[in-house]
Amino acid sequence: MKFSRALGRFALAIVLTYLGLLAVTFFIGRVIPVDPVLAVVGDHAPEAVMARVREEMGLNKPVLEQFGIYVAKVLRGDFGTSVLTSNPVLDDIQRTFPATFELATLGILIGAGFGVPLGVWAAVRRGGLADQLVRVMGLIGYSVPIFWLGLMALVLFYAKLDWVAGPGRVDVTYEYMFTPSTGILLLDTAMQGQWEAFRNVFSHLILPASLLGYFSLAYISRMTRSFMLNELSQEYVVAARAKGLSEARIIWRHALRNAMVPLVTVITLSYAGLLEGSVLTETVFAWPGLGLYITNSLQNADMNAVLGGTLVVGSVFIGLNLLSDLLYRTLDPRTRQR
Amino acid sequence: MNSSFPVLTRRQLGSVAGASALALSLGSVSALAATPVDTLVVAFAFDDMITLDPGETFELSTSEMIGNTYSQLVRYEVTDPTKLYGDLAKSWKVSDDGRTYSFELKPGLKFASGNPLSAEDVVWSLQRAVIMDKSPAFILGQFGFTKDNVKDKIKQTGPLSLTIDTDKAYAPTFVLNCLTATVGSILDKKLVLSKEVNGDLGAAWMKTNYAGSGPMKVREWRPNEVLVLERNDFYYADKAKPARVIYRHIKESATQRLMLEKGDVDIARNLTPQDLAAVTANKGILTTASPKGTVYYISLNQKNPILAKPEVREALKWLMDYSAIGDTILKGIGVIHQNFLPVGMLGASTVNPYKLDVEKAKALLKKAGYPNGFKITIDMRTVQPVQGITEAFQQTAKRAGIDIEIIPGDGKQVLTKYRARTHDMYIGQWGTDYWDPNSNTDFVRNADNSDNAKVKSLAWRNAWDAPALYMQADAAVLERDPARRKAMYEKMQAEFRATSPFIMIYQMTEVAAYRSNVSGFRIGSTSDTNYVYRAAKR
Repeated sequence: MKFSRALGRFALAIVLTYLGLLAVTFFIGRVIPVDPVLAVVGDHAPEAVMARVREEMGLNKPVLEQFGIYVAKVLRGDFGTSVLTSNPVLDDIQRTFPATFELATLGILIGAGFGVPLGVWAAVRRGGLADQLVRVMGLIGYSVPIFWLGLMALVLFYAKLDWVAGPGRVDVTYEYMFTPSTGILLLDTAMQGQWEAFRNVFSHLILPASLLGYFSLAYISRMTRSFMLNELSQEYVVAARAKGLSEARIIWRHALRNAMVPLVTVITLSYAGLLEGSVLTETVFAWPGLGLYITNSLQNADMNAVLGGTLVVGSVFIGLNLLSDLLYRTLDPRTRQR
Repeated sequence: MNSSFPVLTRRQLGSVAGASALALSLGSVSALAATPVDTLVVAFAFDDMITLDPGETFELSTSEMIGNTYSQLVRYEVTDPTKLYGDLAKSWKVSDDGRTYSFELKPGLKFASGNPLSAEDVVWSLQRAVIMDKSPAFILGQFGFTKDNVKDKIKQTGPLSLTIDTDKAYAPTFVLNCLTATVGSILDKKLVLSKEVNGDLGAAWMKTNYAGSGPMKVREWRPNEVLVLERNDFYYADKAKPARVIYRHIKESATQRLMLEKGDVDIARNLTPQDLAAVTANKGILTTASPKGTVYYISLNQKNPILAKPEVREALKWLMDYSAIGDTILKGIGVIHQNFLPVGMLGASTVNPYKLDVEKAKALLKKAGYPNGFKITIDMRTVQPVQGITEAFQQTAKRAGIDIEIIPGDGKQVLTKYRARTHDMYIGQWGTDYWDPNSNTDFVRNADNSDNAKVKSLAWRNAWDAPALYMQADAAVLERDPARRKAMYEKMQAEFRATSPFIMIYQMTEVAAYRSNVSGFRIGSTSDTNYVYRAAKR
């Protein structure tokens, strides 16, 4: 009974969040001083064509009615057609989201995979060289524009050293060697046994993913360091030391386990941020992902696409928050008892 | 894209690509970057492409795609845009009263689908564009065609012959030039109608599909990602040189440059002057350039009483440092041009009388009653080189006491305000709709200056009422003698330079950089004459 009530409240919260998200995006889209008709007809179209398209798009109706119509359509699973691509918005999202998903997932694996141990290392060696090093890495991660760093990485690793492939997701040569069924090209090439293409896809992916990974690493390592410092000053650590437990065991089994609880939120939120699509990275690396899609749609007042994209981003946040809650409960038994 | 006509299947293309990959993998690591020799790879920002339908599109990138994949009745020479030649048309003649155009088609024509191409397709395609009445339909509508009468005006007279009846005796160059526009592209009636839904004339399907007869055909379009063209083996004239052309959407100039230098792309199309200068130092890279039909200008809204004064209008024209802007900001991407007709078009003038003259401007301002200048705003899209020009203008105008506040915005935002004519000054561009001087008379046409006018031309947007020039424009489009017509446009431009509220600044030059193993690629005056199908690779 208690569980079903909690589930009901949770479902209601999700519905309200979505509705709020839709409403805010929709009304912002309507108050900005941009005529969405221009996106459809261009600047040179005669006034009569503009007027007809305005009517076709339902923009003559009262705003509230437009919102109602939109919500009703969304409930039927119809997100409308994108003005900019002439495709159903859902199709566009199915095309762009896997590109961002692949990039973000590798990015967060790199970010957390390196960020957590580095943060632990910095906390253990507090004030030492390791600590300074991690701090400088973090500082660069925060202060250097990702756009510039991306270009520099391309110049060095792609143009000069020839270690990785350039912008885009796959070389022209491999483009049609496999069918992009899931849109996650590493998976598609692997499933179809196209290993040459797999290597090429990976070669394209590794640089932008490392760059995104580096930026999340900067944040994750800093947070890990501070959570670990907090844990290492706790009495149970002193007690563990007094009992004669090895330092490694204290750090990795006891302190890190406790620090992991808040850290899970940090990592999942970083991941959510990456899944939104990193516009600048996607621009430099010509990566046809969700971030570019939404930004381009916004600039062109393509409201169906903006609303559809926003819903996806919202879903990512809601989903990852839920995941982070679940992990929280697994990692910290106290939260389960409450 | 689901095409019903024969194209290479993924498997077939895969084997071609596979073979190329194998050949390449035997070479060095860096050779892996090279593109296959039968494939031209173009780095190009094509995020303006919103539909593939020639009856609907008005965008520059789509125009280039159409130019390479569709045919029209007539076309103009890339080397001399004032000369027309028959594309699908074998011959044409104009009746004595100047109102009936009869066309005879070449025999044995076919679409890329393999379907035969006859006068029925031509008549249907032109009628379709008028009936659908999308953005570019007005180009054909100028001859008096409406949804209701077009079936009587454009008629098939035989398997390979048709006639087009216009409402007035227009200048033949005007009518024929309009037919070269992308909206005049000929569609495969049988194929398109097989995809029709609820009597939409195939409009929904055509947004993302192809039904033409040009030297290349569209294999795939993934918006903002890739556009793939393939050779059309049914093309009636010289076959396309590359087996396929792959356009990759790469927005960043620096990224385009890196990929060009590395050999991952063969042509880079959107390089900034800086990147362009850098690649020209590379011996393996060549460049090509051509003046385009796009002019940039600052306009002065005549609703503002200060800007409505003729002396103020003139003063502002003397407050732009044209030569400095030309030598720095526009270097390689544009040339100073103070006329509303772009160079290359019939009757275009190359007279550029204005230069920076602060003293002259001050005297004019004094005469207008503003000896100490005034404050004014300008709406500007935050893109280069527009931003650089606006800031330079702001500096020079300050020397005459004019304090310009720049209001930045993105494209659609600035345009929305401009179209509502609520700006003071506006800096923008105008690309010609079809290669005829009448297209740019939008700068002078304003039949109704009221806020609710049906035609919202550029002159209307700036509340400029110039009936004398408007009448000259109307007369010029009816002048059937090309020499007299040319003289009429020259006279209009002289008057326009002196009195209009438009400070014409420059004409755009489109530039492309390409690897030295590419030959035959050149840029035309309009996007639809940027022929990639003529480019060969060694």
